[in-house]
Amino acid sequence: MIEVKNIVKKFGTFAALDNVDLRVANGELVALLGPSGSGKTTLLRIIAGLDWPDAGEVSFDGENALAHGASERHVGFVFQHYALFRHMTVFENVAFGLRVQPRAVRKDEAAIRTRVKELLDLVQLDWLSGRYPSQLSGGQRQRIALARALAIEPRILLLDEPFGALDAKVRKELRQWLRSLHQEINVTSIFVTHDQEEALEVANRVVVMDKGRIEQIGTPGDVYDNPATAFVHSFIGESIVLPVEVRDGNVELGGKPLNISADGVTSGASRLFVRRHDMAIGVPGSGAFEGAVRHVRTFGPIQRAEVALSAGEGTTVIEIDAPRDRELQSGDIVSLHPRRYRIFAGQD
Amino acid sequence: MNQPQVSMSTAREDLRTEPKIIRVVIIAIAVTFLTVFVVLPLVVVFTQAFSKGIGAFFAALSEPEALSAIKLTLMVAAISVGLNLAFGVIAAWAIAKFDFRGKTFLISLIDLPFSVSPVISGLVFVLLFGAQGFLGPWLQANDVHILFAVPGIALATIFVTFPFVARALIPLMQEQGTQEEEAAISLGASGLQTFFRVTLPNIKWGVLYGVLLCNARAMGEFGAVSVVSGHIRGETNTMPLLVEILYNEYQFVAAFAIASLLAMLALITLVAKTILERHLDEGQLPGD
Repeated sequence: MIEVKNIVKKFGTFAALDNVDLRVANGELVALLGPSGSGKTTLLRIIAGLDWPDAGEVSFDGENALAHGASERHVGFVFQHYALFRHMTVFENVAFGLRVQPRAVRKDEAAIRTRVKELLDLVQLDWLSGRYPSQLSGGQRQRIALARALAIEPRILLLDEPFGALDAKVRKELRQWLRSLHQEINVTSIFVTHDQEEALEVANRVVVMDKGRIEQIGTPGDVYDNPATAFVHSFIGESIVLPVEVRDGNVELGGKPLNISADGVTSGASRLFVRRHDMAIGVPGSGAFEGAVRHVRTFGPIQRAEVALSAGEGTTVIEIDAPRDRELQSGDIVSLHPRRYRIFAGQD
Repeated sequence: MNQPQVSMSTAREDLRTEPKIIRVVIIAIAVTFLTVFVVLPLVVVFTQAFSKGIGAFFAALSEPEALSAIKLTLMVAAISVGLNLAFGVIAAWAIAKFDFRGKTFLISLIDLPFSVSPVISGLVFVLLFGAQGFLGPWLQANDVHILFAVPGIALATIFVTFPFVARALIPLMQEQGTQEEEAAISLGASGLQTFFRVTLPNIKWGVLYGVLLCNARAMGEFGAVSVVSGHIRGETNTMPLLVEILYNEYQFVAAFAIASLLAMLALITLVAKTILERHLDEGQLPGD
């Protein structure tokens, strides 16, 4: 188990990590998800020993990891830009971790060859063993980087934006491949990404970070359906966000009561979050909002409608998703009611 | 605007090339300039060296004074290249791979010998180690000879040539970043293993390039060495100093014979430099 406690890391006055706690159980595949500058890569580097925290603890299976440098932690690290050794062949890259072991535990040449061959087979790139990194495609480099990291039989595998530098199609393929590889070898893994789709699709558990803090930890379903904070709601999935006023348990938009529960949020300026597909369309007068359909686009199983809400003095235009069988035309006056929604206090 | 598409592209080509007459004039100016300032002097050096025949040329080179100057020059170059190689690699490694306070100051300090006149560089050592200098009395009392001896010449040469290796490596190492080193360390490599197996192979062409320039300057340095050498014949004269002495004594064949050796060194350096630059430009493609 990886345990990170009260980690603080500052670069000058900028707090990259602000009291971060995290536990990862053995065999998990965890995603650190957040926008750039959220501290996710710094956290990964601290776990690997490539950066040092200003305060806090890191332990692997109860053993203090901060007592050891990166070279003694047995952590496999896969870099965003691969960091393959450019002057070595693919074979030598993968063999590196085995060759630099202390003489007492170092495998003999034959055993190293067998092990490298195994790893290249695992990443299905055995046929590239004599090539140099500059002769490989991005996806191939990434898989070699992974094989190289696995060569030392790491207790943890850390991946920094593993697919960040690849094009969209290769990313999708590698995502599925990474997930099945994890099932096969079952090494505790943490990967950093700013791509929510990647995190939700690949990980068992997602850690959402923002501004050096963890906003929420949960299964992909959890963070999508039950966002803990306004940040998570707006960062993951697309949301309709409306500035509302909570007054004694009632919710008002532009001074007009919305007839929905305030969900226990205290009085004051707040924000209402609704997923696009959670807006039910009804006949005028039946829902929380009234609005005029301005534009309808149809693609795939849904139609997306722009609706101008008449709310108090101004109008707000929102986009909602409706099933194809619900007939909508521009100019229709409709009523909208949020089937599921969240209200978070504060307006920024 | 109403011209057809085809002639548009030829018009664009015409824009790129100057009229023929201008091209000829520009090339002629460049060639004349090179001939007058580079080719002619080189030709003069070699014709003068061989003006009394090959026999006189080799006789001049086998004079004890000439042999001693060649030996001293080679020795001083070996010392200063060796030390500056170690210093340059260490400094470049520190500057490119780590962040620390005073880094910019260190970089400008490394550049100092480039911006100081070599004569001043020599004088600094006179002020430091001379009889009236800062450390002079102590050195005299302990019978240590630095000025007007090999150590002084080596020191002055080291000072003048110390930016070359570091300067060749800093941009290269900065561009390569620290990721490969970090990868090596996370794979369990020690600091030394990382340096010798990852860093050094990645910078080897840059190291050779720096050594080459450093060596050329070390062998050719005149000003700084002239101040500290004392011009003791057969003892503290390097090749450039001997050229001046022989020339002032109207021994033209001997002067130009030594000068031709230095010119040969320059030509070899030039060729080697071109080859190395090609390797560096190729981004150090492996396997060749």
